[in-house]
Amino acid sequence: MENLLEVANLRTWFESQGGAIRAVDGVDFTLGAGRTLGIVGESGSGKSVTALSIMRLVEPPGRIHEESSVLFDGRELTTLPERQLESIRGAEISMVFQEPMTSLNPVYAVGEQIAESVRIHRRVKGRAARARALEMLELVGIPEASRRLDDYPHQLSGGMRQRVMIAMALACDPKLIIADEPTTALDVTIQAQILELLAELRERLGMAILLITHDLGVVAEMCDDVVVMYAGRVVERGPVREVFTTPQHPYTEALLQSIPMLGMTQAEPLRVIRGSVPSPRDWPEGCRFRPRCDYAFEKCIELPPLLTVEPQESACWLCEHGRRMPAPPPSMVKA
Amino acid sequence: MNTNGAGPILIEAKDVRKFFPVRAGLLRRTVGQVHAVDGVDLEVRRGETVGLVGESGCGKSTLGRTLLRLIEPTSGTITFEGADVTSLSRKALKAARRDMQIIFQDSVGSLDPRMRVRDLVGEGLAIHGVPRGERADRVVDVLDRVGLGEETLRRYPHQFSGGQRQRIGIARALVLRPKLVVADEPVSALDVSIQSQVLNLLVELKQVFGLTYLFVAHDLAVVGYISDRIAVMYLGKIVEFATAADLFARPLHPYTQALLSAIPVPEPGRKTARIVLQGDVPSPVDPPSGCRFRTRCPLAQPICAEQEPPLESHGDGHLAACHFAGTAIPEPFKHPLGV
Repeated sequence: MENLLEVANLRTWFESQGGAIRAVDGVDFTLGAGRTLGIVGESGSGKSVTALSIMRLVEPPGRIHEESSVLFDGRELTTLPERQLESIRGAEISMVFQEPMTSLNPVYAVGEQIAESVRIHRRVKGRAARARALEMLELVGIPEASRRLDDYPHQLSGGMRQRVMIAMALACDPKLIIADEPTTALDVTIQAQILELLAELRERLGMAILLITHDLGVVAEMCDDVVVMYAGRVVERGPVREVFTTPQHPYTEALLQSIPMLGMTQAEPLRVIRGSVPSPRDWPEGCRFRPRCDYAFEKCIELPPLLTVEPQESACWLCEHGRRMPAPPPSMVKA
Repeated sequence: MNTNGAGPILIEAKDVRKFFPVRAGLLRRTVGQVHAVDGVDLEVRRGETVGLVGESGCGKSTLGRTLLRLIEPTSGTITFEGADVTSLSRKALKAARRDMQIIFQDSVGSLDPRMRVRDLVGEGLAIHGVPRGERADRVVDVLDRVGLGEETLRRYPHQFSGGQRQRIGIARALVLRPKLVVADEPVSALDVSIQSQVLNLLVELKQVFGLTYLFVAHDLAVVGYISDRIAVMYLGKIVEFATAADLFARPLHPYTQALLSAIPVPEPGRKTARIVLQGDVPSPVDPPSGCRFRTRCPLAQPICAEQEPPLESHGDGHLAACHFAGTAIPEPFKHPLGV
């Protein structure tokens, strides 16, 4: 299958006085046209910087390394002249952020903001742009859209603002939408509305979605494939079903077992991942999960590459000779 | 209703209300009231954990703080161990506070950045007149209980990770050996891998110190995990109150049903029908007449606008405030979701 997006060896570092902050440090993944890929990770895992790097929206002192490659629809985005990149941003690739209040301009009516992007990218003028804005607001299910066209962002609720963001992102028929924690700021019943909207729009419009989130539940419900990030690197990737039911990397496994499932009680102790997330100034040597890993052994002092364990890939030396056997982790046995 | 050997009532709220004035204009005249908590009855028994769950703006945090009188209630009574907290004098309230402590969500905002751990944790002891010599021992002891070593005594909050700061917040609350701890979103600011550390710690400390918890959170899976009983709030009111097991197995209120079905579950392939509620939560300044949930409720009938449904028992102490409690949500409101 033709890949819409191919990210290879992506490194985005932030230079600072105390040394380089290696936020994204060798990330590889691909996304097929019309597919939905989730990137999950905790804060500091580098998932958001990965998203910004694809769009080349990282500001100094952040820097994307020369050997990094972001191939979108046959074009290398890391070296594309800024002017050409501008015609891709917002048109072929668009973004939806967590907090629409900070991404929407508070002094312009929402209809005007959607129309603006249509005018820039589509060279459509006046009425036609406004008509497109109205069409988009209706598409994302905003009630009384013609009246809402002239509303300002502060007049809308959080859920409605996120719908406006999605309308704006879709206005130029993008091939790819990058959604960075699009429902994290929303309440769960509003989140359900937005997720349903995204799933429905994907069905109708056929765009690919790169969904960045810390919520494993959202990934399970929305995505075909998943990339699990830890400490600036991909630790596991593959189809959601296999990664979630038979995780091959100890981090993925521990993460899935550490969250209480709906209906679980104290009778079942939660898996604990000891210690805390390491600092990007000073990643642990070798496998970065090693200091917190229940299975660490001698070999882990070497950084493991992504090893293929069909249908997924896992950056763990335990997968060197094929799939890991499911076994209770040492910490659970003790308990 | 006695779960986990829960004892007599420790704290009880009767018809508690908390309104905040809405001011506008040059003269800051009061133009309305936010009905943050609007007539709540709640009891927490000694030794149990009661979870208080709901979406933002439902009044759960306000209720938690009002129970400790960190916020003065507009009306209603709160009794702690049989004594009326609402009428206590400042001095008597201070004494009572030894028994009632709170853990906050934001461990950055709630810990003074200029104070060392020793003083942060010992502050409550100093306020309550515990002699200096005894203080040091108790601080070291409680830090040990929350998993922080003696070497942390001289450090400042910024030198700790989020999870460790939350442990300091827990130590601060527990150093006075309280009977009741209100935990207000204690894990929601933490990373997933750190959440389970803190949740397990809270479970362990409850057993060690014989605590009673009121656990306030928006995450139903977390609340369900830690709680014996759960109260679901919507727009300032409790709409359902039941044991955790009963609530998950037999949610009676349509809001609880929708809430449960809306939570994304990390089990691929488990695409159960989801109830997607239409619209947003109405403003608490001008809540709907009758049942507050009726504007978004798939079961709403004319009676729901006219009569407010009381919180009544539907057997086994399972309380729900709905004229049609237990009615299944009709199919057209359910949507299969996902790929």
